[in-house]
Amino acid sequence: MPDYSLKIRRYNPESGQPAYWQQFEVDLPAERSVLDGILRAKYDQDGSLSIRCSCQAAICGSCGVRINGMSRLACNTKLGEAAEDAPNGAIVVEPMGNMPVLKDLIVDMDAVHWKKVQRVVPWLLPEGDPPDREYIVEPESMIDITQSMACIHCGACVSACLSMEVDPEFIGPAALAKAYRFVGDPRDAFTEDRLLDLAEDPHGIYDCTHCFACIEVCPKDVAPMNQIMRLRRRATSDYGIKDGNNGYGHEKAFSDLIEKYGLLSEAQLLPKSYGDGSLIRAQVKPAALKELTAKLPTVIRGLRSGKVSPKTALIHRKLKDQDQIRRMYKEVESHEDRLELNLYIVGDSDAEEEGTMAEGGQEG
Amino acid sequence: MLAHDVLVIGAGLAGQRAALAAAEDGAAVGILSKVHPVRSHSNAAQGGINAALNPEDSWESHAYDTVKGSDYLGDQDAIEIMCREAPAEILALEHLGVTFHRNEQGRLGTRAFGGASAARTYYVADITGQAILHVLYEQLMKHSEVYRYEEWFTTSLVRDGDGHIVGCVARNIRDGAMELFAAKCVILACGGNGQIYNPTTNALICTGDGIAMAYRIGAPLMDMEMVQYHPTTLAGNGLLITEGARGEGAHLYNAQGERFMEKYAPNKMELASRDVVSRAEQTEINEGRGFPDGTVALDITKVPRKRIHEALREIVNVGRDFAGVDITREPIHIKPGNHYTMGGVKTDVDGRTDIPGLYAAGEVACVSVHGGNRLGANSLLDTLVFGRRSGKHAAEHARNHKLPQVSNTVVDDEERGIREIVGRDSGNGRRVAQIREELGRVMDEHVAVFRDEDGLLRAGETVQRLKEEARNVTIDDKGTVFNQDLLGAIELGFMLDNAECVVVAALERKESRGAQFRTDYPERDDDDWLKHIDLSLDGDRPAVTYSEVTLTQWEPEERKY
Repeated sequence: MPDYSLKIRRYNPESGQPAYWQQFEVDLPAERSVLDGILRAKYDQDGSLSIRCSCQAAICGSCGVRINGMSRLACNTKLGEAAEDAPNGAIVVEPMGNMPVLKDLIVDMDAVHWKKVQRVVPWLLPEGDPPDREYIVEPESMIDITQSMACIHCGACVSACLSMEVDPEFIGPAALAKAYRFVGDPRDAFTEDRLLDLAEDPHGIYDCTHCFACIEVCPKDVAPMNQIMRLRRRATSDYGIKDGNNGYGHEKAFSDLIEKYGLLSEAQLLPKSYGDGSLIRAQVKPAALKELTAKLPTVIRGLRSGKVSPKTALIHRKLKDQDQIRRMYKEVESHEDRLELNLYIVGDSDAEEEGTMAEGGQEG
Repeated sequence: MLAHDVLVIGAGLAGQRAALAAAEDGAAVGILSKVHPVRSHSNAAQGGINAALNPEDSWESHAYDTVKGSDYLGDQDAIEIMCREAPAEILALEHLGVTFHRNEQGRLGTRAFGGASAARTYYVADITGQAILHVLYEQLMKHSEVYRYEEWFTTSLVRDGDGHIVGCVARNIRDGAMELFAAKCVILACGGNGQIYNPTTNALICTGDGIAMAYRIGAPLMDMEMVQYHPTTLAGNGLLITEGARGEGAHLYNAQGERFMEKYAPNKMELASRDVVSRAEQTEINEGRGFPDGTVALDITKVPRKRIHEALREIVNVGRDFAGVDITREPIHIKPGNHYTMGGVKTDVDGRTDIPGLYAAGEVACVSVHGGNRLGANSLLDTLVFGRRSGKHAAEHARNHKLPQVSNTVVDDEERGIREIVGRDSGNGRRVAQIREELGRVMDEHVAVFRDEDGLLRAGETVQRLKEEARNVTIDDKGTVFNQDLLGAIELGFMLDNAECVVVAALERKESRGAQFRTDYPERDDDDWLKHIDLSLDGDRPAVTYSEVTLTQWEPEERKY
């Protein structure tokens, strides 16, 4: 059997000592999990090595850790694969990020994750008394929110979230995916209130920077960022919510600029964002003017770094084949229903062929 | 000291349902669990939950299937209650927000399941347990008046001089503080004992704590020999492949490509009850028609791909991540594996044990609705119906009783015990994992699908030796914060008590019924053995007594699928 080295970050709050690294050697086959490796070390070598774990089947969500820097479940990461990515041959295992460490690989999820889940009013709020039988709803609507229900609250996305690193108060990917579970539920009567709440919160849906980290690390294909984007589309397209954080204006400005130039015009983005997508309104809206003034240091930094120049600010370059971009916009906008990607919903088996999107980019 | 009217130990489906029901009836409720509630093992229930909700279906049909599935060892009064109350329970869950699968008309849709004469299994893809568990936890977050003790480990139950339950002692896992919880009633809802087997589909937390703690303070256990082996688990790691796969149309083949269930259950085929399918598979494997890795094949490729992604997505992941198999394109190797504890703390239909004020619900309990063999998708139902009934009854009991006075000396006793474990010199005894792993292997070897006296005696001797060794088991962690090493040593004690009771009951029952198949007594014997085996602690060994099986309208008959 191959030997695997696990380099584990240890921390014991009772010792008075800072965190340190400890290396363990385990004899296990390559297809066994990193959790098996950690438990082998705990069982045979040091019983004080601590990690939360239970099901060993990626359903209880207990064993979220960082392996070689990536947030993952230890139970569904194979030793062999982890060893391939391991720097200097030792698989590096650390506690998850963005959450305080309690001991070894155990983090405090209550203080960060669960508090935020509680924040999104995570229970169904139907109108009036329930019917005698079941609520009658579109079959697809239930399958649709089942993708969010598949979240096991392991914290991998919270750990990997770059926005949360900058703004610890960001509601975050997991809690917002949970929010979509109610917004997308036709039985819930407070869709608009929920969306308004999440759009107006300065740490809400517009705090996400669209970096895809949460989608990449989610072991259950919940695709939290997709759920956040759907919250935004519901907020803007379906309810026309123009939020005080200018999330709506920023998205509109961004999209309009790409449609016009095919390339982002940094110089126009800021003023257009604060003018709900209009340059003129940005000049006359007192609130917008105030925001813009406050953003002056950003503008100066942009000028200094060469990201914008007075010339490109006035005359922005268009992409060569801008017509193609316009055609894409037209095509997307011509659909009556928005096309939302959902891993629980795939085409008919006859129509499906190898390597399609429906497999969620996973190896067949 | 912390005090509640009703204290629930365990926060899976049974525990959360009990807590909500008790709170709804006005009780001051505390719910305590050694893991965060959403980590509970109810998560693992994939396939669904049974209820005769369709107008064409009837609770009598559901009850008959359950009675037959139990091999007539289930108590028919309890089964009637469970099946009658099932439809309302499903609707209540739907109203709370469970995202149950819908049919074309937008109404609740069903899938077929083993041992059932109608498609009456309601489901959320193949994450039904998780979906319901999370919705109940949503309700706990909403009802903040239910006090949650998350990551608290109960070490013992406490009775007063009159024999009434008065609370428990528990350890805050985060800081090691030992606390006395006083309560007018205690509801045990801390699951089964699958970890006494290796491999098992059960999570590491399923160590039979509640069964052992109740047994230790004198509550009788019932039908402990009835241990379910699920027909479709992965070789090696024991991971579960839902019965829903067969419900959706998957077939079983031996290594010669024969659909062998034709021989064993010509009518229901792959959807015969679990004991029947597991025995059939084990027979094929034992007689040399399995694959070299001791398995047979489950072929899910029969099911349309769109349907697999919509209804069996978790199994796609399990196949991909844990077996390296794309189940939409090729068969997957499976074998019978430990799955469910049909036995447990003996209760009545309101969850009451023989100890006043002590209730039990869910897998920890034995009402008994499952008898010798549980039907798939009846376990979630059991947790919810009897969780709710226990919660309601306990709230009523609490209204009529005063909060008991409990002396803090019980905490001192527990602390002394813990200091003794922590104080042992490492190196003088075996490690927790060594004993635990040997226990799992011996149980899986001798107390599995097929049993005989020789093997059971050998298992019994091993368990006795391991109990001795466990008295000197040593641990490395001497701290207070998240001392999982210490908890492991305490759990080991619970597990060994469970194992001892399983072996004693399996030796006692000299017939074959449900999950208990004795090769030395291969027939069912209704004349001598249509009765429950009850075990109570006597000195330090379980004493055997018997109790009647309640029959209402279904006389025992030959069981064919």
